[in-house]
Amino acid sequence: MKPNQPRLRLTASALLLCLAIASHAETISIQEVAPGVYVHQGVHQLPDEHNRGEIANIGFIVGERCVAVIDSGGSPEQGLALKHQIGAVTHTPICYVINTHVHPDHIYGNLAFKAAGVSFIGHHKLGQAMALRAPFYREKARSELGFTLSAEHFVPPDQPVKDTLDLDLGGRTLRLTAHPTAHTDNDLSILDTQTGTLWLGDLLFMGHIPVVDGSLNGWLQEIGKLRSVQADRVIPGHGPVVAAWPLALTGEENYLKQLQTEIRSAIQSGKTIEQAMEEIGQSTRPDWRLFDDFHKRNIATAFAELEWEDD
Amino acid sequence: MNHITKASWVLISIAGLLLASPALRAEGEDETAWNSTLKEKLFAGRTIEEDQQTIEITAPYRAEDPGLVPLQITSRFPQTAEHYIKNITVVIDNNPVPFSASFDFTPESGKAEIATRMRFNAYTYVRAIAETSDGRLHMAKAFVKASGGCSAPVGTDLEAARARMGKMKFKLDGDKASLNQPNPVQLLISHPNITGMQMDQISRIVLPAHYVTEVKVTFEGKPVLTAKTDIAISADPNFRFYFVPSKAGELKSEIKDNLGNNYSASQTITP
Ligand SMILES: [Zn+2]
Repeated sequence: MKPNQPRLRLTASALLLCLAIASHAETISIQEVAPGVYVHQGVHQLPDEHNRGEIANIGFIVGERCVAVIDSGGSPEQGLALKHQIGAVTHTPICYVINTHVHPDHIYGNLAFKAAGVSFIGHHKLGQAMALRAPFYREKARSELGFTLSAEHFVPPDQPVKDTLDLDLGGRTLRLTAHPTAHTDNDLSILDTQTGTLWLGDLLFMGHIPVVDGSLNGWLQEIGKLRSVQADRVIPGHGPVVAAWPLALTGEENYLKQLQTEIRSAIQSGKTIEQAMEEIGQSTRPDWRLFDDFHKRNIATAFAELEWEDD
Repeated sequence: MNHITKASWVLISIAGLLLASPALRAEGEDETAWNSTLKEKLFAGRTIEEDQQTIEITAPYRAEDPGLVPLQITSRFPQTAEHYIKNITVVIDNNPVPFSASFDFTPESGKAEIATRMRFNAYTYVRAIAETSDGRLHMAKAFVKASGGCSAPVGTDLEAARARMGKMKFKLDGDKASLNQPNPVQLLISHPNITGMQMDQISRIVLPAHYVTEVKVTFEGKPVLTAKTDIAISADPNFRFYFVPSKAGELKSEIKDNLGNNYSASQTITP
């Protein structure tokens, strides 16, 4: 090892990094998409040390008595920024932090909200999913996102939802639904009954290619069921802050259906998973951002699932 | 781990905490774990040749789903009674359990080839070490960047895998086998293959390790493929390999897991 030069560089870089963090924590842009419903728009990027994993749509809903945070952000700092922003919008206290699922861009801000009187709510499998993924996620955060996470950052739900749960925020009720395995095995959606706003988290991707980290068949089934939900608008986990319901489902549903059809026929004709990953669904490339980053993995996950679908 | 590596680990960790930025760290294709400990631990004192004449390993450089990375090991020559591959061991340097699997072959395997799906926890080399019938060791390796943004090397739907646990099926190319030549066959095993690597303090729901440890495939009672497997094998373990039938007969698979469960399945092969 050459002792001197690297150390100098190290100090300068560490300083720059601290400045970047300090300036970042102050604010977050939000839009009011329906009365009392606020969304911060994410970006269609892979999580990295520049965006620090802050890529998902996150936000909050304000009632007369309580605020419910819906997804806390992709980094501890984004959680703090969201908290500051809520304070700038309303003096109503935060009573609930709802996580739509386990993915890092939706949960890493949780710790910022941990306080007496704040309840964390998620799918009944969310706690287990956090525990299973935490060792890998922590290492990824350190090596790819540029921050360190302790076990405390993974705040599991103290109110696990098995089927549905109604949350009274004072003057408005949120209906939470725990879904069977779809995008992940711990997806939770939120319907604000007062404004007819359906917050789907990553059950809905728009623009950003859908990512199958649960079950392709299960996800398509849930999309079918979701269509009958009475709502006026929807908030996707990735995409615009708000979109027309249920029209917004079309792109994702078409992509997933095409995957299903083509993978089934690949399995039937005796193709290997490697061949399927190379060949399937390439015609959908122009429809999606981050296609090259997630399409092949979608095939791998779905192929392994569909090999067993007749059993 | 000796004192020197421990000390350097501490240094690396401190640097990581201070700096916490991957762009600023040296990101080489590091072989420290292999050279300093694994090689000696798994192949004590033996010479390992890195040559292109024995086996080849194919893995994606960028593993989109770290929980399911397709891996293929192909041999450069057919299995004959005079010269064959006895065993292929797969090691993933930077996984929590680097020893991933070990496959025994016989001259009757036809071709000493295996394709499977594995979990990758980090940027790491995966290496296949083949032992030939003359007792020599030959290695091929590939570098894999476990990536995938939001996914993790765990199963995506544990419940589904559990519901079918122990189910197995063989898949052949077409319904007839070709006699006296290598026939490709795929063995699908349904098993959640739980790693036990979770962070227990987060959730009260603890999932102890539960994974397949042994796979034995025979044709008419003679071994075709015998494998010892560990937690790096993806949920619902899947193996593609070859066998050489000389007549009609029964292809049978018997597996064991670390909790003492035994499962078996068989399929009649007709030419
Ligand atoms: Zn997600």
